[in-house]
Amino acid sequence: MYRLRAKERVVKAMYRDDIVALSTPPGESGVGIVRMSGPDVIQKAAQIFQPYNPETDITKKAGYTLTLGWILDAHGEAVDEVLLTVMRAPRSYTGEDVVEINCHGGLLPIERCLQRCMDAGARIAEPGEFTRRAFLNGRLSLDQAEAVIDIIRARSDRGLKLAMQQLQGKLSEYLEKLEERLIYANALVEASIDFPDEVGDPDYEELRQVLQESQESVERFLAAGERGELYRQGIKLAICGKPNVGKSSLLNLLIGKDKAIVTDIPGTTRDVIDEIITIRGIPVQIMDTAGIRETEDLVEKIGVRRSRETIEQADVVIFLLDVSTGITEEDREIYASIDQERLIVLVNKEDLEDKEISAQELEENFGLLRVIRGSVKEETGLDELEQCIEAMVLEKSGSDEGMEIMTTLRQKEALLRSRDFIVSALQSLEQVPLECLSVDIHGAVEALGEITGKSFHEEVLDRIFQEFCIGK
Amino acid sequence: MIYEAGKYDVIVIGAGHAGCEAALAAARMGVQTLLITLNIDTIALMPCNPSIGGPAKAQLVREIDALGGEMGIMIDKANIQIRMINTAKGPAVQALRAQIDKKEYQKEMTKTLLDQENLDLLMGEAVAVETDDRGVSAIITRTGARFECGAVVITSGTYLQGRIIIGDVVYDGGPGNQYPATELSQSLKKLGLSMGRFKTGTPPRIDRKSVDFSKMIEQPGDEEPYCFSFMSDPPDREQLSCWLTHSTTETHAIVRANLDRAPMFTGVIQGKGPRYCPSFEDKVVHFANRDAHQLFIEPEGRDTDEMYIQGLNTSLPEDVQVQVLYSIPGLENVKMIRTGYAIEYDYVVPSQLKPSLECMKVEGLFTAGQINGTSGYEEAAAQGLIAGINAALKVKGQPPFTLLRSESYIGVLIDDLITKELHEPYRLLTSRAEYRLLLRQDNADLRLTEKGREIGLVSDERWNRFLAKKSKIEALRNTLQQLTVTPADDTISKFLRARKSAPIRDRISLWELLRRPEVKIENFVELDYIDQYEKEILDQVEIQAKYEGYINKQREQVQRFEKLENKPIPEDINYQDVYGLSSEAKQNLQEIRPVSIGQASRIGGVSPADISVLLIYLEKKRRNYEHEYGN
Ligand SMILES: Cc1cc2nc3c(=O)[nH]c(=O)nc-3n(C[C@H](O)[C@H](O)[C@H](O)COP(=O)(O)OP(=O)(O)OC[C@H]3O[C@@H](n4cnc5c(N)ncnc54)[C@H](O)[C@@H]3O)c2cc1C
Ligand SMILES: Nc1nc2c(ncn2[C@@H]2O[C@H](COP(=O)(O)OP(=O)(O)O)[C@@H](O)[C@H]2O)c(=O)[nH]1
Repeated sequence: MYRLRAKERVVKAMYRDDIVALSTPPGESGVGIVRMSGPDVIQKAAQIFQPYNPETDITKKAGYTLTLGWILDAHGEAVDEVLLTVMRAPRSYTGEDVVEINCHGGLLPIERCLQRCMDAGARIAEPGEFTRRAFLNGRLSLDQAEAVIDIIRARSDRGLKLAMQQLQGKLSEYLEKLEERLIYANALVEASIDFPDEVGDPDYEELRQVLQESQESVERFLAAGERGELYRQGIKLAICGKPNVGKSSLLNLLIGKDKAIVTDIPGTTRDVIDEIITIRGIPVQIMDTAGIRETEDLVEKIGVRRSRETIEQADVVIFLLDVSTGITEEDREIYASIDQERLIVLVNKEDLEDKEISAQELEENFGLLRVIRGSVKEETGLDELEQCIEAMVLEKSGSDEGMEIMTTLRQKEALLRSRDFIVSALQSLEQVPLECLSVDIHGAVEALGEITGKSFHEEVLDRIFQEFCIGK
Repeated sequence: MIYEAGKYDVIVIGAGHAGCEAALAAARMGVQTLLITLNIDTIALMPCNPSIGGPAKAQLVREIDALGGEMGIMIDKANIQIRMINTAKGPAVQALRAQIDKKEYQKEMTKTLLDQENLDLLMGEAVAVETDDRGVSAIITRTGARFECGAVVITSGTYLQGRIIIGDVVYDGGPGNQYPATELSQSLKKLGLSMGRFKTGTPPRIDRKSVDFSKMIEQPGDEEPYCFSFMSDPPDREQLSCWLTHSTTETHAIVRANLDRAPMFTGVIQGKGPRYCPSFEDKVVHFANRDAHQLFIEPEGRDTDEMYIQGLNTSLPEDVQVQVLYSIPGLENVKMIRTGYAIEYDYVVPSQLKPSLECMKVEGLFTAGQINGTSGYEEAAAQGLIAGINAALKVKGQPPFTLLRSESYIGVLIDDLITKELHEPYRLLTSRAEYRLLLRQDNADLRLTEKGREIGLVSDERWNRFLAKKSKIEALRNTLQQLTVTPADDTISKFLRARKSAPIRDRISLWELLRRPEVKIENFVELDYIDQYEKEILDQVEIQAKYEGYINKQREQVQRFEKLENKPIPEDINYQDVYGLSSEAKQNLQEIRPVSIGQASRIGGVSPADISVLLIYLEKKRRNYEHEYGN
């Protein structure tokens, strides 16, 4: 018989911390739901949320009530306008207090909203953790157990895969270097503590250097993430249209708007990688820039394999029309050669007097497509364009996007923690006893381990025995 | 011929460091105990280094002591030198180390065993363990005695199929030319236990009279030595010194020239040796760029001229060992008394054990000490104590006694042994403990005496001593937290100026002031703010104040940790039935059979998703149970 030794120790008591996750990634409508669950989430929400009505106090609100307001950043500036729902235990999905934040902005505001929840002390949920809590708290019925397990398995496996994907290339190089340096720092300290006869006091100069190198690696790693160049794969964007339609102008505008342009990605040459910019927090690689730069007309190259490939590789293609020339045969040819699902039509030069393209004409030619009217010169229609690009990205990546954001944030959070430990270790070097220093170094190593799910304990020991001659 | 020799509650096989603690604990808990060992003259023999303690190991001894074990008291009686090491590295990694008079230690332990009520001693070799359907039922000795019993604790050290190796000379034997136990291993295998083979080694011993100490650096003991046991008072006896010398390039050349005769490299030695205790020939090969390795010359006792060479553990041929010795500064004319050797032995793969050290496969059979793949006297004694306690509890029909990683090094040691895969003899290190700042040698009594009292191992004398100490600590803490000083206070301002410490701005408690590194608790005594307390009280309170921030942080971590440790997994769980576990997790969980979700999470190949799956499975079971039997 199943022996129930600790029925009184209810499972519920086990997890008392507050978690946050993106529960619905923003769909085409651009609405995403950020959800927090745990004993203290209403309090946490109150810290980062400003209701429209200053009289409203969400901590006093009953369950299932909605409040409109803003999520504020650390300086009290609005990040996004949101609809906030408070649900009180046990009447919520997880059976705990839950706060749901309906954001509308794009990916970036959602990410920032998640970030704010983390700032308030919530931790990013493990894959499937909401579902697990829901089950353990009795909110899901017994016959749903297997389905719950399926969800958890699927999410964790997918999450792991995503984490691995995101840690490829340069990022994995930074990570390896960082791991190696930190493990060594840890080994230096632990060897001195556990083998005082053989190792003696640590060489503080060496330790400082190793820690500094660790800090450099972690900063580089974080910066790479900030640029978005590596964390998320982003999208590939192509711009096409007949000569003089305004392709280079648009390109320059997009690039000019985005100050964080990356042109010197180490290890890649400039002409291969093209320009990478971010649009609403999404890294966007603009393809075949060189081609546009040289004002080589794509049209002329239609039929040339390379250009076609370029367009085929793109996730989003902006097809430019010139309002002053009307829709020409050339336009139609180009249009016919592009897969429509990825197309955005931008009718350019709307600032000009003579408009040869009517709404009706557009409707007839590109009825089902996204059509934007604007002027690169006057910078109109750009917001719409960006919004359109973002929506297409979200569609493309589907529900994975939410997990990607979560994985990214989880990694970033662990990295930041690791960095803080390293900084603290550097500051307290020689000021505190070795064992206190070890708390920081160890913390840094552990935080790093969370990124890849590794435990470094054995590696530290290996390193000790490899570096130091120990033994009687 | 087999004859019926009697009946005991608990039988302990082997009177090494593990066996002595096990036997004493069981007997003190009031069960009839027999301690059977190969040779009554070698009780509590220290076959290797003549020292006990050091980082992690000193903490173990203090924990054994707090629980009512014997090792600390023995050390305090038999030491010839005491040093506190790592003093500058922080209170939690500070560690006492004692040089021991080996013979005296044996004599004291033998006397203690003989004096112990409920405990009988017998010289003999256990050759078989018998079982019936309830588990262990009897043991049989080589001379035909059959003893019935309720529980058995095997602490056979390095004796199982022991094999001595010196160069190309190889013979069956236990340490120090004791004879090996050749049959017990077989009997354990028959019971279904899986066994492995490890190797360890020891250096040659030399004659003090032939050593030139003028070429060495003296290492004296501490001037004001501490004690290991919370029951002892500071000793008043002469301390002996150790001596530091080193190997030379000539030494290394000799070793290199003879590697073709070194069993470590010729394949004669097959058992895996510990990396933290490599043979000297290993060091020469792996750290080829070093010109010298330090060597400590340590006395083996007060009344003997025999000395031990720490750092020179070897299984090189005897003639090479002699040449090696001559090449060491101060040993040019040395006389070797004992040859260094390596020993290979069988051990029980410890993942087959429960946290109580009972074998999962055989009810009532416990193993402890080096037989579980550990090395070191302290590790052995700690396990012996726990196994002895649990053997006694078993026959009394009471639930087992276990300790968590968060409350003791003993908990770390045993959890590591039963949870992780063992690749080499296991030695405890402070870096193996997650909550090192809490597991200090100075607070072992505060952590564990109450538990020792509950199981009945803490005598009234120890208990009263403990209560008095605890209330003094409380009183002093309160005083420091309540007493405040202000900037207007001349005494304190003058004192701070003299110490080059920043002046205070507001009213501040002495407790807070104590956090400043340059302020010592003795200063408050000198300034007449507080009474003179015993040093251990002052030390204790000072540590609590100075490291409060770090300590509180670890306490928080411990709370999280313990939630998972306190979530039990039923013993009869069948992992094959658990839907959704990865196959690797299934296999490892099935093999190690963790007792809690916490332990499960430390098993290799078990991912967080597997833990979630397990939690859901348990909850499902709980609800089914509730459904069937009501609340
Ligand atoms: C050569 C050598 C080198 C070592 N080097 C180190 C080192 O470098 N570092 C370190 O930390 N530790 C070292 N040790 C280990 C340390 O000595 C042991 O870990 C510790 O003594 C083990 O204690 P124990 O109680 O488990 O076993 P032991 O002290 O070995 O005691 C075992 C007892 O069991 C008895 N016994 C065995 N089989 C039977 C049987 N069938 N019937 C009856 N009695 C039996 C024996 O007579 C003995 O009394 C070394 C040991 C040896 C032998
Ligand atoms: N009036 C007006 N002129 C534009 C606009 N966009 C681009 N142009 C002009 O059109 C010409 C061709 O632009 P360019 O970007 O070189 O076109 P490309 O050949 O497609 O790369 C340039 O003289 C631009 O200044 C616009 O929105 N309005």
